[in-house]
Amino acid sequence: MLRLVGQRLLLLIPLLLGLSVLLFAWVRALPGGPVTAMLGERYTPEAAAAIEAEMGLDQPLIVQYGKYLLRLLQGDFGTSLRSGRPVLEEFVNRFPATIELTVVALIFAIGVGIPLGYLAARRAGTVVDHTAVVVSLIGVTVPVFFLAFILKYIFAVELGWFPTSGRMSPTMEATHPTNFYVLDGILTAEWDAAWDALVHLILPGIALGTIPLAIIARMTRAAVSEVQNADYVRTARAKGIKPARLRTEHILRNAMLPVLTTIGLQVGLLLSGAVLTETVFAFSGIGSFLAEAVFNADYPVLQGFVLLIAVTYALVNLLVDVSYGLIDPRLRRQQ
Amino acid sequence: MSDEKDTMNESTTAQAGPDAGPGASAADVVLRVENLAVDFRTEGGAARAVRGADLTVHSGETVAIVGESGSGKTTLAMAVLGLLASNGSVAEGHIWFRGEDLGQAGPQHMAHLRGTALGLVPQDPMTNLDPVMRIGRQIDEGLIDNGLRTRRDARGRTVELLEEVGLPDAARRASQYPHEFSGGMRQRALIAMGLSGRPALLVADEPTSALDVTVQRGILDQLSDLTHELGTAVLLITHDLGLAAERADKVVVMYRGEIVEQGPARDVLMNPRHEYTRRLMASAPSLASRRIEIARERGLDEVLDEALLAHEDGAVNGVAAGEPLVSVRDVTKVFKIRGHGLLGRSKDFTAVDGVSLDVPRGSTVAVVGESGSGKSTLARMILDIETPTAGTVLFDGRPAGGANQAERIAYRRRVQPVFQDPYSSLDPMYSVFRAIEEPLRAHRFGDPEARRERVEELAEQVALGKGLLRRFPSELSGGQRQRVAIARALALKPELVVCDEAVSALDVVVQAQILRLLAELQEELGLTYLFITHDLAVVRQIADRVVVMQNGMLVEEGTVDEVFDSPRTAYTRALLDAIPGKDLELAL
Repeated sequence: MLRLVGQRLLLLIPLLLGLSVLLFAWVRALPGGPVTAMLGERYTPEAAAAIEAEMGLDQPLIVQYGKYLLRLLQGDFGTSLRSGRPVLEEFVNRFPATIELTVVALIFAIGVGIPLGYLAARRAGTVVDHTAVVVSLIGVTVPVFFLAFILKYIFAVELGWFPTSGRMSPTMEATHPTNFYVLDGILTAEWDAAWDALVHLILPGIALGTIPLAIIARMTRAAVSEVQNADYVRTARAKGIKPARLRTEHILRNAMLPVLTTIGLQVGLLLSGAVLTETVFAFSGIGSFLAEAVFNADYPVLQGFVLLIAVTYALVNLLVDVSYGLIDPRLRRQQ
Repeated sequence: MSDEKDTMNESTTAQAGPDAGPGASAADVVLRVENLAVDFRTEGGAARAVRGADLTVHSGETVAIVGESGSGKTTLAMAVLGLLASNGSVAEGHIWFRGEDLGQAGPQHMAHLRGTALGLVPQDPMTNLDPVMRIGRQIDEGLIDNGLRTRRDARGRTVELLEEVGLPDAARRASQYPHEFSGGMRQRALIAMGLSGRPALLVADEPTSALDVTVQRGILDQLSDLTHELGTAVLLITHDLGLAAERADKVVVMYRGEIVEQGPARDVLMNPRHEYTRRLMASAPSLASRRIEIARERGLDEVLDEALLAHEDGAVNGVAAGEPLVSVRDVTKVFKIRGHGLLGRSKDFTAVDGVSLDVPRGSTVAVVGESGSGKSTLARMILDIETPTAGTVLFDGRPAGGANQAERIAYRRRVQPVFQDPYSSLDPMYSVFRAIEEPLRAHRFGDPEARRERVEELAEQVALGKGLLRRFPSELSGGQRQRVAIARALALKPELVVCDEAVSALDVVVQAQILRLLAELQEELGLTYLFITHDLAVVRQIADRVVVMQNGMLVEEGTVDEVFDSPRTAYTRALLDAIPGKDLELAL
């Protein structure tokens, strides 16, 4: 297991090197050159000179790349053109919000998707099954931003059950040692703050989690349908074991193998889906910040965030692969 | 081996008597099936898989249900266990188990009965163990859930059960996963599982058909010994008449959902009354030589004349002398097995070790051996899928394969494979027509019209109706699929056809049909066959020469008659002894 983790971490190196080359080339290939593209309306000769100096544009490309890479290794991802703060600092400030949102969305998607898919497969052809299919179809076809608007309109604006936007009520007084607001509330025993932060996560979490929910439900349904007819399930029934044991230890555990892969892939989608959801709910995570960076041509932010998101994505998939080995003993040996 | 069988027969006769009729005491009857009908819900309405079935099993007795796949034999047994697929149900009749009507038993009671009084040893050891659960735990859970052992002492009992079925080092093995077990070990674990509740009736559904013959024998002996010792009645489901004759007191023959004949084993097999039983007998791969088989079809004199003439020409067994089509010289194949860890050293595994053999033109050479003997690797080298580590494979006097891409493609036209599993070697998304046409297209044969004609010609050669060409593999039977695979192999008019276990997955009747087809095609097209198989009975039916392989080495070679009548090595003798129904053959 440890060796697998080590090997996969080593594989991250070529991945990140390749990505850094692409990102480096991208900014230098911008129409009109990097300086004009980055500054746009903000153009002043001084600003242009500053960027040229920082990027070392008068030097050969290979030297420029070498310096870029060296700065990356030192944790220097550049400076936001808009805020003037280091990109890494902006990322670290906002990323906890997106992680919280993604976790809530995942809990919703897995917590509802797996039981729904399981029931649909066990009651194939019944009302439960058809309902599950329709729900998951809607989930896949409705665009995230549209769903987000609808949810916000009904449950926040009309019914007033949930807040309309933000991570926390503006009137709430709270300290933030980690920037994970729910966690902060718990750590500092500010229970009202934790609850307030959690309530703010519900609607965006549901909006973000609906597509993964639909996909997880469908995958679970397909996997359970197959596993419940497997020979070893019949053999298990022939032993006269209790139905609950049959369900959890034989059917669900085997059916989880393909579903787990799907969940890993969904996390990547959640990070990109967060851009829309966070924008609709004015939720200050990396999604909404990235959207702003695009509108403002804040290239250092885009460059840095893409790289950092890629690292996150690779780590999440590593986690999924490791857990795959925990469920399936056949993979442990290969790993 | 035959001694043990006799003792078995004697003892069971003493206990119950295989033909114990109405006179036998009711307490002695373990299972009585009365007028049973089983329906399956399908899109086209209810399909009846079993109808009007009556049968009785007495305690300690072994009753074999014989029939081809689709005859309803497994369905009948699953109905007894209450394990029909979700779309299946008992439509008529009764199943009495120890005087209790199972049709009235609720699901919970039925589950408890399965755990304590009914047992199952399923067919395929590869798919019947949960791949993500340790073997021991899979036995523990049955013991615990049925209240036979507590959570704490279940494992001890499990280890005892595994030791009982002859699994070495049982305590350690119990904490391993199925993928760490060989096929034979898995089947032993499944037997331990089936007997864990000390059932009164054990359903053994083709318990060894997926295993090598030598392993088969050992496991069947173990199963017989154990059930005999425990006094367990066995419902043995098999398509193998030899096996039924050897192991059962009573034989029940099923055909298309009905029981067409039943009675004491020897009576049924020696004097089959029903037409289907006779056909089953006729097509069972027998130890009778292939020449006798042909003689039966063509009239004896003609064949004997041919044989005499052949002898005068200096040829043996009808094989023409001359340059062999394939000549394998001192071929060795070594595989590197990756070691553990980043720095782990790789190990060498010698799959084929210095093998030499000739395949004369127009003849059939069979390569026999158990799995792991290197026979398939040898075939793959002749097919030019693998390259030998040392030695040469000559085809028509030149190195097999070729020096460049063009020569290799040309070689592929002359040598074609037919693989074991007709279910997985055809693309499910290709129609039969497209499957047969594909090699023609790949080798740019003619225009679409010419290809269509060739496909139809091929379909006719392998006796596939024109109507079948538009169907898809899922709509065909196993035999039809194998015909498609043969037609596809013949499309490019090859000289050598390599059949890798080509009939192993088929029922005996279908197997006989396919073997006959192959023999006819050989005569018609002058084909040369290399037959890779573990089934010696099949070898006797089709081959001219036999090569026996063990652990990558060639241990014996000769004509079919030489090898079968006077085997020189102990290994070959063991293989021959392991053929089920050998005694039956001698008795006939």
